[in-house]
Amino acid sequence: MSETPDPAGTAVADRGRAAVEAILQGRSRSAVAISLLREAALLPVLAILIVVGTFVNSAFLTVSNISGIGQQISALGVVVVGESLILLIGGMDLSLEGTFGLAPMVAAWLIVPVAAFGSGTVLNPYLGILIVVAVGAAVGLLNGMLIVKGRLNGFIVTLGMTIVLAGLQNGIVKGNTLFNLPAAFSYLGSAYLGKVPVSLIVTVIIFVATGLFLRYHRIGRAIYAVGGNREAARAAGIKVDRIRLGVYVAGSILAAIGGLMEAGRVSAVTGQQGYQEGIIFAVFAAAVIGGVSLQGGRGNMVGAASGVILLGLVQNILDLANAPNYWIEAIDGAVILVALLLARLIGGEASAE
Amino acid sequence: MTANLAPAASAAVPAAEAAGIYKQFGSTQALRGVDLTLWPGRCLGLVGRNGAGKSTLVSILSGIYPADRGEVRFDGAVAPALGAVGAWRRQIATVFQHSMVVPGLTVAENVFLGRQPQRAGLVDWRQMRDQAAQIMSEWGFSIDVNLACADLTVEQRQIVEIARALASGTRCLLLDEPTAALERAGIERLFARVRQLTANGVAILYISHHLEEVFEICQDVAVIRDGELVLTGATAGLSKDQLVSAMVGSNVAATRADLAPEAARQRSPAAPAQEPCLVIDHVSSGSPGGRVTDVSLEVRPGERVGVTGLLSAGVATLARIVAGAAPYETGRVLVAGTELTAGRRDLNLKAGVGYIPEDRQAEGFVAALSVAENATMTITDWLARVAGFLRPSTRAAAAAPLARRLSIVSAGLGQISGELSGGNQQKVTVARALAREPRLIVAITPTRGVDVASKSLLLAELARVTDETGAGLLLASDELDDLVICDRVIVLVRGERFTEFTDPPFDREALIAATEGMARGTDLPPDSNPERPR
Repeated sequence: MSETPDPAGTAVADRGRAAVEAILQGRSRSAVAISLLREAALLPVLAILIVVGTFVNSAFLTVSNISGIGQQISALGVVVVGESLILLIGGMDLSLEGTFGLAPMVAAWLIVPVAAFGSGTVLNPYLGILIVVAVGAAVGLLNGMLIVKGRLNGFIVTLGMTIVLAGLQNGIVKGNTLFNLPAAFSYLGSAYLGKVPVSLIVTVIIFVATGLFLRYHRIGRAIYAVGGNREAARAAGIKVDRIRLGVYVAGSILAAIGGLMEAGRVSAVTGQQGYQEGIIFAVFAAAVIGGVSLQGGRGNMVGAASGVILLGLVQNILDLANAPNYWIEAIDGAVILVALLLARLIGGEASAE
Repeated sequence: MTANLAPAASAAVPAAEAAGIYKQFGSTQALRGVDLTLWPGRCLGLVGRNGAGKSTLVSILSGIYPADRGEVRFDGAVAPALGAVGAWRRQIATVFQHSMVVPGLTVAENVFLGRQPQRAGLVDWRQMRDQAAQIMSEWGFSIDVNLACADLTVEQRQIVEIARALASGTRCLLLDEPTAALERAGIERLFARVRQLTANGVAILYISHHLEEVFEICQDVAVIRDGELVLTGATAGLSKDQLVSAMVGSNVAATRADLAPEAARQRSPAAPAQEPCLVIDHVSSGSPGGRVTDVSLEVRPGERVGVTGLLSAGVATLARIVAGAAPYETGRVLVAGTELTAGRRDLNLKAGVGYIPEDRQAEGFVAALSVAENATMTITDWLARVAGFLRPSTRAAAAAPLARRLSIVSAGLGQISGELSGGNQQKVTVARALAREPRLIVAITPTRGVDVASKSLLLAELARVTDETGAGLLLASDELDDLVICDRVIVLVRGERFTEFTDPPFDREALIAATEGMARGTDLPPDSNPERPR
């Protein structure tokens, strides 16, 4: 490391420093290796699932099945990114489920004709996409204000909010299902580029961008600091409240985008999208199996993504195996518990908390 | 080395004994063959630098970790199995540095935590209260056992922990830095209790960073360094210097003895013409942690100003106000002429105030993040390149010189801060404050829980930074040893400015008297000690 020929005087000091730095870099490289290993803790489990899937049904490893899985898990994946961000700052948002349903519902209601149970305003579908995002941001802002400025408990605030949002969602359309979604509105959830669903591409981009942001951006790092020790972050001059507020807003916007994908995939918005399928349970399961700590400050996007993939594979294998309908939920739940245990065993003390 | 400090006669069987203890954590060999013996009726002081293995040894003696090799014996018999918590507690009890009482429960409940007296399978509340009260009166502690522990002072909580230990029938007590959170009078009362306990045949292991305490109440002392006992003997036959050099490993390393003259040397005081870097202008705050009433003071560039007083005197509150970590009701705080916004630490940091908080666990660092990341947490805006993105390697490069200057001992800057020893965590906290090249450094008890050598290093570094960069230092501390680097010391009593010492080196006795609200030279008042056993 210390090849630079230096004039005699400072040579010793420089050599010392070079040595220190070499050690530092060596260490940090091995530290990186260890953390990558932890992040990849679920890879063996995923590999086993793929082997199992192949044996269960020969259709498993076909392009159409894989891209089907991709499309199915995209919406969940985007919401998991949002929830992971909120978990990382030491928060918890149950109302992402409500946002997931309400945001696309409000937008669709404003853009589809009265015949399809719309409001009659028949807005431009592109404007509808903006409305999705705006509803997400508004819910996130409201949650954030109540939790951060109002100093209320996040669990209870978002629990109450979930119920309010679900009620609004059902109330606005009086239990009807909005259909006839314009192509531009359902594009994200239904279109394919070649064999690859657009929703999957967008979800992968969101995961990668969020992962890079968390690892390399000041605010991303501040999110870890706030979640790891809020008072220490404050003492280090980090704008803790602003970051928490921002993360609640970002999380809700992501949930709204996830809802838009889901609406596009099924080409309709029901009055119960989101809480009907209890998506919030899958969201938490994926995040925690993926190593995002419920205590805040620990976790990353590689883990979260593998949690999502794991749930998608399990669901798909159960479908392909023709698992008895009445038992499918019990099996699904049991698999989640086993995955959690495995993640703990492989990932060590800190994981699956 | 063996610590077989057999007392004169009677007690032939040691109360507790560690024989050939080895313990390894990952690649770190924390203990290498430690032999330690606690005799009934004697107090053994255990001293050593941060990371020397004190905490590990305490944990093994307390039955928290198993030893890799070696054996723990109580009264000559092999220690109970690690899981047998109850059996272990009857042998030895540890009063940890951090309070282990449950705040929501009463004193009686805490004394009998986990082993409440029962009748017909239910908790026998009356018996529990009676027994707790009996233990309190037996040992001369005067605390109402029906009070909730949340309402007790730090000192009283410690008594509850000692009472809990005694209630379990233990005759062997480990006190891990028991004076860290106590005021001077509280320390005196603790010493009286320790003497009383040893007089009644209890064996005590006393862990402390304060050598004078060890000399005051310990009959024997053991020095641990790099996981080995390097010196054991009767305190009567040893000098402070011998202990320090045993702790440090050589005579050359910086010790407090070296620091004092260096720091107390004649400095040319900052030119009075210079604009002060800190002006506190008639500030008042009703903070529950210690109120501050109408305090004014100034710190000039390069000047080191100490603020001291009793725990509740508002010393920490004042420093927190200046750091932007606490609000205040009236008055103004100006840094380099600019008025600060109360309670806005982020703006305050930008204005050039570096902050070393009082409680490093709570505010000093993020345990799950690396040393480099913690040390550079205050300067991410400087390190960021395009659109706020920054590389981990940039942070490591920025942290490296700080880590070197403060001699942070870690397995690399990528190591998680939570894995470091307490002293090194404190250095990370100091690095974080210094990283932004502050104009004013606000430090609250910066050397608490730090070993003697690291203490001098930290103080010397603060002195060096103020000398070289012209930063002002506001040093709030109740440790008189910290104040040796100060040019002036202001004493607060009950939140008000009581007096000021302007002529270093400061007289310890006079400082102590002033913190108690007595003018210099006044006689000490008659011992006003409500809890001392009659």
